[in-house]
Amino acid sequence: MAGWLFLRRRRRAVLGLAKGFHGTNGDSPAAGGLFLRRRRRTVLGQAKGFGQFDFASLRIGQKLAVHYFVVAMVLFLAQMLFGLLAAWQFLAPEFLFGVLDFNVNRMVHINAMVVWMLYGFIGSIYWLVEDEAGVPLVGPRIAKAAFWVLTVAVTIVVVVYLFVQSGPGDAWTLWLINEGREYIEAPRWADIGIVVCMLAVFYNVAGTFLAGRWSGISGVLVLDLVALAGLYLAGMFYTTNLPMDQYWWWWVIHLWVEATWEVLVGCIMAWGLIKTLGARRRIVTTWLYVEVALMFGSGILGLGHHYFWIGTPEYWLGVGGFFSALEPIPLVAMVVHAVYDAGRHAFRANNHPALAWLIAHAFGNFLGAGVWGFMQTLPQINLYTHGTQWSSSHGHLAFFGAYVTIIVTMIYIAVQRLRGNVWMSAGLQGGWRWKWALGLTHLGMLGMSVALLIAGYEQSFVERAIGGSTWQAYFEGQTQPWFVEAMWWRMAFGVLMTFGVVLLLWDFARIGVGEERPMKVVEGVDDVEDEGVGLVAVSR
Amino acid sequence: MVADEAEAPRMEWWASEDFWRKCAIFVTGFMALVLVLLTFHTLTVIEAGSEAGRVPAYSVINHRIGYEFDDERNFAVPVIGPLAPLFGEMLSEEQARRLVDHGKLTVQARNCMNCHTLLGNGAYYAPDLTKAWLDPGWGNEAARETLMMRFLDDPIANARTFGTGRRMPDQNLTDAELRGVVAYLKWMSAIDTNGFPHGFTPLPQGPLTGGGQ
Repeated sequence: MAGWLFLRRRRRAVLGLAKGFHGTNGDSPAAGGLFLRRRRRTVLGQAKGFGQFDFASLRIGQKLAVHYFVVAMVLFLAQMLFGLLAAWQFLAPEFLFGVLDFNVNRMVHINAMVVWMLYGFIGSIYWLVEDEAGVPLVGPRIAKAAFWVLTVAVTIVVVVYLFVQSGPGDAWTLWLINEGREYIEAPRWADIGIVVCMLAVFYNVAGTFLAGRWSGISGVLVLDLVALAGLYLAGMFYTTNLPMDQYWWWWVIHLWVEATWEVLVGCIMAWGLIKTLGARRRIVTTWLYVEVALMFGSGILGLGHHYFWIGTPEYWLGVGGFFSALEPIPLVAMVVHAVYDAGRHAFRANNHPALAWLIAHAFGNFLGAGVWGFMQTLPQINLYTHGTQWSSSHGHLAFFGAYVTIIVTMIYIAVQRLRGNVWMSAGLQGGWRWKWALGLTHLGMLGMSVALLIAGYEQSFVERAIGGSTWQAYFEGQTQPWFVEAMWWRMAFGVLMTFGVVLLLWDFARIGVGEERPMKVVEGVDDVEDEGVGLVAVSR
Repeated sequence: MVADEAEAPRMEWWASEDFWRKCAIFVTGFMALVLVLLTFHTLTVIEAGSEAGRVPAYSVINHRIGYEFDDERNFAVPVIGPLAPLFGEMLSEEQARRLVDHGKLTVQARNCMNCHTLLGNGAYYAPDLTKAWLDPGWGNEAARETLMMRFLDDPIANARTFGTGRRMPDQNLTDAELRGVVAYLKWMSAIDTNGFPHGFTPLPQGPLTGGGQ
């Protein structure tokens, strides 16, 4: 507690703020900047200049967040690597045959993604929790222990995936090696470990808000975490009955990815808009409630679009088709709200890369999850596209647009702080890196998604519509030139995206270096106690 | 830039934070409730061997399984034919469940779903297994059982890649696992999947009232 008080006092002194945790905004930007810089150097003495690596002065939650972000980025690279291997096996099936077969590479590819996104989310939450609650993290020791337990567990799971790969057809394999269910292949022991670690995270997040201050964002966040963690339990059992298995399996996958994760990123986006633009809290919070209403209003029963063809009753065709067709609406709301806020503040942001990725998130979520999902969500179309490269195309663009982008946003916000609140607005030194990283990753991902979509069109046409869905028809579809060419394009764009990701990681390590200017001060009021503003700021 | 804080801004009820907070809570609660109610119903329907007939009892592997167009529903549905026991052995419901169970455990343990799709879910590197038992690739019903066992026993030597070059790696299945997987696939083919995959044409099956494999 004493340490925290010290930290808090120091932070106030350094930033020269009377408002405490929520006021990042000085009255006079120019004077504030000079004041900041001078005070910082004189008060802290030992503190390094802007652009210098400054881990020591982070809060406990922020330090943990950095840990989570680092592991997330390592797993992101692993995801890219194993994605490239799997993509190459489509073109050269003998490559690593019998050593690292497609199913192993593909499993590591998608599991690395799920896990690094969870790391990214946990990191993001730890990054903002103390700021949002106004008090230090309640259980730093438990939080640290949970991080290391989770990381060791993930490492063991990956090593077993790669070197043991599979086991005999009995329950031991499911407990120790591989559960064999797409996305949640982690063996049962690891499931239990994940749940325990998530409880530790939840204890810290909910406990910190309880000890400190609640806000709209934190209220939604905590309730969402309850749902997110609880849903994972639905995937932790075995049954002989395949339709029963897939029914509950989708509770985890769909209600995570198309409901609770979306609300979680809604919270992160809301916080990010306040921090990077100085957006009004009331407006942002109201929009968050709109998003929650629309997201859960469409997404919960939208679950039914996975129940068209798995043996479940026919009413799911109607329920799933109707509600999942509404799923893009909250994503439109997010675009409107992000663009409105950015426009209202004339794009004057203290962190250009973060704002760019935030806007990319709004559009990417709408395009990848919304449009790409809508294209095949009606049962009349899904009958032809389910289980083809359409799903692969949608999966790639949606996970990237909705989740990669927002985690990258948060990492840029974190990196700025880590570099001593350095200038990251216009004219940033070495600013070409983040722009090229943004461009290359987006171009690579869009290229891959379009290539896979063409393959999917061809597959649903040749294999399903004409061929009669037999194995013969499947292979006819797979050997058509349009399919094969699409796979080559996917490979090429995958390589392009990998360059982008490497550049992005390099930028995380180097951005702000050599900058001498302090962070730009954004206008705006973080009106946590403010009353009387809703969806829009009312000006007279 | 931002709203004037000095004056209380006029605001419509539909734009207020309070209204949308209540909306979010009500909508989420209501939708979750509907999902729970539908789930209770669905779970009774998809019980193996339930009266709804969508998910067959495991002892369906004792029977011939066909696939016929249903005029009323306007797509093909599985049809349970007369007795035609798998591997020539009549099994009780419990014995059949254990055999299918061994098959499903094996399919999960060997990570089949990260190349194949099951009921259309999984990866897209290898064909869908929903109607594997009925696929015309086996030639005819008489040869199917032997061919399936032979293929799964040594998928490399018996590979048919249809020009893709993609082969199934050897899974080193034990004899019990082999039989389990075949039983699991036979049972799976009898699940009513609302006509998925579209337009599937089974192997030549003749009149379904007849016996034979």
